[in-house]
Amino acid sequence: MTLAAEIDNSSPEKLLAPVLSAFWDQPDSWTLATYERHEGYQGLKRALAMSPDDLIAYVKESGLRGRGGAGFPTGMKWQFIPQGDGKPHYLVVNADESEPGTCKDIPLLFANPHSLIEGMIIACYAIRSEHAFIYLRGEVVPVLRRLHEAVREAYAAGYLGRNILGSGLNLELTVHAGAGAYICGEETALLDSLEGRRGQPRLRPPFPAVAGLYACPTVVNNVESIASVPAILNRGKEWFTSMGSEKSPGFTLYSLSGHVASPGQYEAPLGITLRQLLDMSGGMRPGHRLKFWTPGGSSTPMFTDEHLDVPLDYEGVGAAGSMLGTKALQCFDETTCVVRAVTRWTEFYAHESCGKCTPCREGTYWLVQLLRDIEAGRGQLSDLDKLNDIADNINGKSFCALGDGAASPIFSSLKYFRAEYEQHITGRACPFDPAKSTAWADNHKEVTA
Amino acid sequence: MTENVSLGMPRLPAPAYPAEVRARLTEDAREIIARYPDSRSALLPMLHLVQSEEGHVTRTGMAFCAETLGLTTAEVTAVATFYTMYRRKPSGDYQVGVCTNTLCAVMGGDAIFEELKQHLAVGNNETTDDGKITLEHIECNAACDFAPVVMVNWEFFDNQTPASAKQLVDDLRAGRTVEPTRGAPLCTFKETARILAGFPDERPGAVEATGGAGPASLVGLRLAKGEQPHHRIVHPRGETSGQEGE
Repeated sequence: MTLAAEIDNSSPEKLLAPVLSAFWDQPDSWTLATYERHEGYQGLKRALAMSPDDLIAYVKESGLRGRGGAGFPTGMKWQFIPQGDGKPHYLVVNADESEPGTCKDIPLLFANPHSLIEGMIIACYAIRSEHAFIYLRGEVVPVLRRLHEAVREAYAAGYLGRNILGSGLNLELTVHAGAGAYICGEETALLDSLEGRRGQPRLRPPFPAVAGLYACPTVVNNVESIASVPAILNRGKEWFTSMGSEKSPGFTLYSLSGHVASPGQYEAPLGITLRQLLDMSGGMRPGHRLKFWTPGGSSTPMFTDEHLDVPLDYEGVGAAGSMLGTKALQCFDETTCVVRAVTRWTEFYAHESCGKCTPCREGTYWLVQLLRDIEAGRGQLSDLDKLNDIADNINGKSFCALGDGAASPIFSSLKYFRAEYEQHITGRACPFDPAKSTAWADNHKEVTA
Repeated sequence: MTENVSLGMPRLPAPAYPAEVRARLTEDAREIIARYPDSRSALLPMLHLVQSEEGHVTRTGMAFCAETLGLTTAEVTAVATFYTMYRRKPSGDYQVGVCTNTLCAVMGGDAIFEELKQHLAVGNNETTDDGKITLEHIECNAACDFAPVVMVNWEFFDNQTPASAKQLVDDLRAGRTVEPTRGAPLCTFKETARILAGFPDERPGAVEATGGAGPASLVGLRLAKGEQPHHRIVHPRGETSGQEGE
C-alpha cells in the first residue's frame, strides 16, 4: 500500500492543520530566531504595507472570530474603535485563561509567544494604538518568563518601540500579571483590574470600544484570536477561509483532556468532531466509554455520547444546544459521578463570583448548599426543581457571563442525567467510587493482579 | 465571643519599612509605575512587589502602596483582599497548590490533596512547622491535558500521583533540588513574587528550562506529521492485567 493510500480522509494528516502549533517541537520554539525561521513577522510586513482601514477590512473579510468564548468577529471589534477622536486607543490581550478545562493559550504562549506579539503589533497598527497590554493570569510563571523574554527580544529587534520597521508606527507593550481571579477573564472586569481595582464587571453600555481602559476606546481580544492574525496576513484570507465553514472559517486549537487515551492540543479546521479527534488519538482510555463532555469549558452546557458527531464550530455546537466556547473538550468516562462534577464546578463559580450582583452572589452560594447535600445522599427529590429554579434565576439575570456559566452545568446535567441525581437522593448515597476515576485507577489493577 | 471576631482589617498605624528597604522598593515602584499611563494600574504589580519583600502582603506593604500611589489604605486593602494570590499571613517558602477543580479532582487531584494533608499534617492554606511548605487547593490552572496538576510557586508539576506528590514535598522539605515538568528550577515564593511584579527572572537558563512545549502540547502536531503517538505502541492498560509493569 502506498503512503498516499494510507492517508485517507479520516487520517490525522488530513483532519488536523497545525498553524500556531506547527513548530512547537522545534528547538527553542519560543525564541525570535526560531519564529523568524518559520515565517515569523512576515504577516506584519504585509500588514504595514496596507492602510489601517484596509487592514481592518481584510481581517473582517477573513471571517476570524474570537477564540476566547463568545466568537465575536475580530475585525468588527477593531472597526468599532472611533477614529480621529483625539483620545489614546488601547489594545488589551486577555491572557487570563482560567475557564475550567481551558488550556490552549498557556501552552501557546509558552511555546510560541511571538505569534501573539506579532498579532498585537498588527492589531495596534489597525486601530491606531500606541500602547498595548497583555493581561496574563498570575499563576503561570513559566509563561510570564517567556513573555518577558519575547517582549525584550521584540524591542531589541525593532518590532516594538519607535518607528517600527520604518513605518512610523510607535508601540509600547506592557506585560501585566494578574493576581488570581477567574472573573478577570470577563473583559470589563479585566479592564477594572488592569486599572488597579477589584476585578468587577462594568455595566454596559458603554462598551470598551467606546470607553474601555482609562475610559478610552479599547479592543479586548483573546490570545488565540490575536495570534491567528499574522498567519492570515502572511498566507492570505483565501487560505484561511478554505478551512472551516462559511460562518466559522479557519483553524483553531482544540484541547482534549480527561479520560482520553491522548490528552493534548489538536489544531484543526473548525468543524472537526469529537468522534474524529478521538478516533485519531486512540479514543477513551482503554476499557471505558465516554459519558459526558464539555465542548468549550465548564460554562458551556455539557454534551453526552449522543453528540460525538456535532461539528465543533460556532454554529454546529450552538445548534446542538451548547457553545463552542474555548474548545476545551473535557471528556469524562462512565466511572465519573456527574453530581460530583457539577458540584465542584458550582463550588468554583461560588468562589469566583465577584459579589457585585445579587443573583450570582447569592444564587451560586445556594446551589452549592443544595448540591453538596445531594452528592452526600442528604437531598430531597424536590431539591432538583429547586436547583433548576435557582439556576434559572441566575441565568440571564446576572451582571456578566459568569452567572450564565454557573447555570449551564446545572441545566444540562439535569437534562441528561436527572436519573443520576435521583439515584443519589433515593439511594441516600453517591453510587460512584472516585478511586475508579483517577488517572492511575487501571494501573493499580495491574500492580495488584 | 465578640472580642474574638476579626474582620481581617489591618491595624493602624503600620510599622515603617527600614530605610534601606524603603529606598529599594521606592526605586522598584518607580519602574513599575512608568509602565502605565495611569499610576493606579501599578497597584497589582506593586502588591506582588511588597509580597516579594516579606512573603505576604503586610499592612506595612499596603501602606507603602497607598502612599506611593496616592490611594487610601482602604482602597489598597479592598484590592489586596480580592485576589487569591496575595497572602494575608506569613507562609512557607514553597506554596504547593493542588488543582481540585473538576477535571483534575476527578483524575486524582482530590486524592493527592487528601494524601498531602495527611502526610504534612496541615489543612488547606496552612504551613508546615518548619516553615517550608504552605499547602492549598487551587482552581483550574490551564493545564488540563496534564491532569492531575500540582503547582509549586506557580511552576507546573504535571501528571502527578499521590506518591509523586509526597516525594515532591519531601524533597522540598529536605532542601533537595526539585525541577518542574514545565518551568524553571524552583526559586522561593518571594523570588517568584518579584517576577510577578514584572521584573524578569535573571537566572541563567531560567527562560529556556524544560524546553518549548510539554509532551501533551505536541500530541496533535505529531499526529498531523504522521508520527505514531506513544499510546499505540504500548499495551493498552486495560488489557495488560496480570502482566508485569514496564
